[in-house]
Amino acid sequence: MRPAFSVLFLTTLIGAGQGLLVALVAGQLFLVVGSGGITESGGFYAVGSALALVLLALGLLASFFHLANPQRAWRAATQWRTSWLSREVIALPAVMGMAVLYGGLHWLGWDMALMHFANGKSLDLTMAVGFVTVLACFALFLCTGMIYACVKFIREWASVWTVINYTLMGLASGFILAAAFAASSGAVVTGLFSGTALVLIIAALFGRAYSLWRNARIRPVSTLKGAIGAPHQNIRQVSQGFGGKSFNTTEFFHGASADTVRMLVVFFIAAGFIAPAALVLMGATALLWLAFAIQYVGLLAERWVFFAHGNHVQNLYYQRKA
Amino acid sequence: MANEKQLALVIDLNVCVGCHACVTSCKEWNTSGWAGPMPDQDPYGKDPNGVFFNRVQTFECGTFPNTETVHFPKSCLHCEDPPCVPVCPTGASYKRESDGIVLVDYDKCIGCKYCSWNCPYGAREFDEISGVMKKCTLCVDRIYDETLPADRRKPACVLACPSSARLFGDVKDPDSEVSKAIRDNGGYQLLPEAGTNPANHYLPRRKINANVHEDQLARADNPLSREAEPPKFGGPTIDDASQW
Ligand code: SF4
Ligand code: SF4
Repeated sequence: MRPAFSVLFLTTLIGAGQGLLVALVAGQLFLVVGSGGITESGGFYAVGSALALVLLALGLLASFFHLANPQRAWRAATQWRTSWLSREVIALPAVMGMAVLYGGLHWLGWDMALMHFANGKSLDLTMAVGFVTVLACFALFLCTGMIYACVKFIREWASVWTVINYTLMGLASGFILAAAFAASSGAVVTGLFSGTALVLIIAALFGRAYSLWRNARIRPVSTLKGAIGAPHQNIRQVSQGFGGKSFNTTEFFHGASADTVRMLVVFFIAAGFIAPAALVLMGATALLWLAFAIQYVGLLAERWVFFAHGNHVQNLYYQRKA
Repeated sequence: MANEKQLALVIDLNVCVGCHACVTSCKEWNTSGWAGPMPDQDPYGKDPNGVFFNRVQTFECGTFPNTETVHFPKSCLHCEDPPCVPVCPTGASYKRESDGIVLVDYDKCIGCKYCSWNCPYGAREFDEISGVMKKCTLCVDRIYDETLPADRRKPACVLACPSSARLFGDVKDPDSEVSKAIRDNGGYQLLPEAGTNPANHYLPRRKINANVHEDQLARADNPLSREAEPPKFGGPTIDDASQW
């Protein structure tokens, strides 16, 4: 498949935004449950949420560049009963709304206790809103992954690993960003964020490596025999019906050489996983920001390869320009 | 979705000669009709690109010298379980209840191209100029047009085919021409494993062999064959008798 840059930016930006929100809520929960009275200021969560909101908004903006008729984009929310794409169109603004609510409540300090527990702790309003925010983030990860995983004619994508990897990579990038942000604000949760980020980077690396291995072993289910229905074992295309280009030859082929794709695989493993893991281990504030930036570029390359590796069934019909 | 009526094409690969008459007549009719335009980019230049609803491809089957050439027209198959429809986020892609034709509403389509990823046949082609997805409409603007003579209310490709390789009709009506053709000639669907249940069918290449034996070539009971020696006229005749 041809990698669409708008989609590369969309999925990587919102992944980081969702990961950051999940990290903030996880940090809050950690402090509420685990520590004796230490908290972060409302401003910390508010600025963090604003940062996530910016990433999500940039992703939304990028997605508009994918549409040829963006003025009708509102219509894309109508078919949520059957279309994962439509569900994503609803989930993304929902996550943005939750980010505003979560950050806003923290900013305003509206944090009444909703429920008291026997151990003296309480469920505060911001924490409850945080839980809903996390749910919304995971719903969005599911929608984004399923958009690709449900395309059964691209077998490289049609796997539960597509959803798992999108989620893990989004979380990893969000937690690195959270660690960099927390380190810059001198927050106590920095260690929690960078430790979790490290675990997530390694988990994402395993998930992605597995899907690379799986993709390399995929054998096509459909062949030319079924595509044209001729009872022959040996069929060659002589002409695809035209000498120029068509939508079928541009949208479904990436046009890069196999060497370029292989090189990018090596690049994204290094830049998207190994380098950020090493930088997070070193742990200095500037290195955490650098880790986020390098990983972001690596994840863009990862997404490019994800598209390039997708081999659509229709390609059977477009093998010979003539 | 089980339609009572399902209009479709039946394409006879035994007859198709690969002349592309259906391709050009389709483009001619549809680019100026309801489904148009079907724009081209750089049509006379080095790198032409453009929208077609119908393509004719050519395949070579078998191993030399036992090969055969198959010309293969390809357009939207108006699947009975079209995977392209439910994935559309806007509802622009739909299948008509009344006759099973799969269409795109150009006023709703946002041009996300997601439907094209969900068609295994590559039947949808994107119109870069209008920014909407396009595909075969089964000439929905011809087949119900009462201002046309009844025998012209057929898709443009069907009318154009010089070898009558394309049949059009309701595949749910067991007595229709298309249903009979499918039944009698081993009509089949493309990529059955895709689970799309295409409405369009193809008729296979078929060789018709009559087993003729040597003795059948000479007809024993030919009324024109001479059964006995004709009489010899060597003896006296009437003329002989009268000329003296
Ligand atoms: S051939 Fe493709 S575009 Fe046409 S109905 Fe079937 S899946 Fe949809
Ligand atoms: S390109 Fe148009 S018809 Fe296709 S899925 Fe998107 S909105 Fe629907």
